[in-house]
Amino acid sequence: MSAKTHSTAPRSAPAGPKIADRAGVMKAIGPERLIGMYRRMLEIRDFEEKIRFLFLEGKMPGTIHQYIGMEACAVGVCAALEKNDVIASTHRPHGHAIARGIPMNEMMAELYGKTTGCCRGKGGSMHMGDLGKGMLPAIAIVGGNIPIVMGMALAFKIRKEPRVAVSFFGDGASNEGAFHEGLNMAAIYDLPALFVCENNLYGASTSIKLTARVANIADRAAAYGMRGDIADGMDVLDVYAHAKEAAEIARRGGGPTLLELKAFRLCGHSRRDPNNYMPKEEKEFWAARDPIPAFEKTLTMAKILDDAAAAEIKKSVDAEVRAAIEFGQGSPDPKPEDTFNDLYLTMEVPR
Amino acid sequence: MRLSISEALRKAIHGEMARDKSVFCIGEDIGITGGYGGAFTVTLGLEKDFRDRVIDTPISEIGIMGAACGAALMGMRPIADVQYGDFLLCTMDQVVNEIAKLRYMSGGKLKVPVVIRAPVGVTGRGSQHAQNLEPYFISCPGIKVVAPATAYDAMGLLRAAVRDDDPVLIFEHKLLYGSKGIRAESGTLDASSEIPDEDYVVPIGKGIVRREGKDVTLVASLLMMHFSLMAAGILEKEGIQCEVIDPRSLWPLDIDLILGSVRKTGRAVIVEESPKQGGVGAEIGMQIAENVPDYLLAPVTRVAAPNTPAPFSPVMEKFYIPQPERIAATVRKLVQEY
Repeated sequence: MSAKTHSTAPRSAPAGPKIADRAGVMKAIGPERLIGMYRRMLEIRDFEEKIRFLFLEGKMPGTIHQYIGMEACAVGVCAALEKNDVIASTHRPHGHAIARGIPMNEMMAELYGKTTGCCRGKGGSMHMGDLGKGMLPAIAIVGGNIPIVMGMALAFKIRKEPRVAVSFFGDGASNEGAFHEGLNMAAIYDLPALFVCENNLYGASTSIKLTARVANIADRAAAYGMRGDIADGMDVLDVYAHAKEAAEIARRGGGPTLLELKAFRLCGHSRRDPNNYMPKEEKEFWAARDPIPAFEKTLTMAKILDDAAAAEIKKSVDAEVRAAIEFGQGSPDPKPEDTFNDLYLTMEVPR
Repeated sequence: MRLSISEALRKAIHGEMARDKSVFCIGEDIGITGGYGGAFTVTLGLEKDFRDRVIDTPISEIGIMGAACGAALMGMRPIADVQYGDFLLCTMDQVVNEIAKLRYMSGGKLKVPVVIRAPVGVTGRGSQHAQNLEPYFISCPGIKVVAPATAYDAMGLLRAAVRDDDPVLIFEHKLLYGSKGIRAESGTLDASSEIPDEDYVVPIGKGIVRREGKDVTLVASLLMMHFSLMAAGILEKEGIQCEVIDPRSLWPLDIDLILGSVRKTGRAVIVEESPKQGGVGAEIGMQIAENVPDYLLAPVTRVAAPNTPAPFSPVMEKFYIPQPERIAATVRKLVQEY
């Protein structure tokens, strides 16, 4: 297919207001799935907090980039997708993996480098994922997954499949050349892709104020003639509603969207980062907007959740994560020679 | 039927796209009606039969390779090309960090059946359109590298690459395409072959002996293979018999074929158009030295380009590229001194 000539008028929507009809969104999702989303967010939080301690205690190899505070982004988007959609994530993939349904046992085993890991111990934290379960093993190169997701969407379009490919990336990645090329090509081919920019205001230690002159990453959509939208990344219902709209537009052949989620990570960039580069006031401001207590309050006020039920779910999540840790720790290590496996399909690695 | 490399590639790609709907081409200027079928005419006219599967892109090499990677992960079989091999450097991340590594990082659960095509060779266009990039990619675990020097091999290796479930990078040489008309390349050599009608494949990982000889083993691919044959012709008149081996695949390498020859001749010379430092000769030469040291009558030797970028001026360019005379002089000295 060749690129159709578009009019020069950009197709971006204005910066999206918060979805007004929250009750309608909640009704459409339904109480069972709402509780499921709440549980997923708790799973992510508990998983990340428990492994942070394992790291600090020197009990886990490798590195981690945590998703604490951003649970609404992953859960809101993934809840809006269909089973056959595909997501791709970054060096900070644990939240996306749990939200997409990668079993925590397999994730924990992967963190320990065990053969029962979702990547058989070959990937580690930054390559978490299982394409058979709807998530590409994460791409740790910042911006690297963007053109790949565009390629996945290209395959869906060529084969006329009603599937959507979703790329997660941060504000930092929107400055990579791969972002430019990936979005431009998705736009010219009208691909069924959703580019989710989790703008948490920092690329590692560097504030977005130092790296971009645009007020909103979503403003960059106009540069590609692409639809741009913004949601509150600390509000899982707002994320869900905007993501659902964008996914359905893509699925119907309406083209890709750059969806910016305004969010914040309530943790350091990576395992030992105490995030001293964030002003105290900024941390406090965002901590007050922690997505999990906010959603708990929403569900409680809607009488979908009460204190007892919440406590029960938290207890269950705690047990589940502990079991995953035991599974990971107790699983077998690979043999050293396993290093030579799983590279080529059609030949052995020359020694 | 006798075909040039560009014709053989075109026919092979057409055949693969007809045979398998998951095969598609993606690159710059490859399917523009009234255009030139890519810089070297290989895809000329394919868009007439396969409009939706010959995809023209903006100037976006990262996008081209990322698209190929993503589509391959979803079960398609892309043939992605860069207009000049040098532009692979613009997209090294996608090729080396993603395409070559995704299968491994997934613990063997993913496959990325991408074919990448890249023209190489020095042709008066300046250093940024001249590089032979084989050394960068033979040191990249996870991607196979082939280099067909004849039309027969081009067709057979293209088919093998498309049908291979692992990523394969095909280096083609600008002076061996044999393109006609306005895209005819000055200095082109005849690399045409008689092409059989039936479907055939050249297996990846198998080299071929182009010429037999008892005195020295010359290992060379692409243009240097043809120049080595010319050098062999010069030396034959002086009573020196050269065996010329065309590896055809640089990774995996048919090292057994090469070692068998060196056991016979005792002298190994690797010829390449890339600079000597860290080149293909460094890899192949070391494998020879490691495996058959007792058979060597002479040190393993390399004939390569100088350790500089390729200069433009025709006088310097001629000096830069290992000419048949320089190859012959190196062999002559080797035979005389050892």
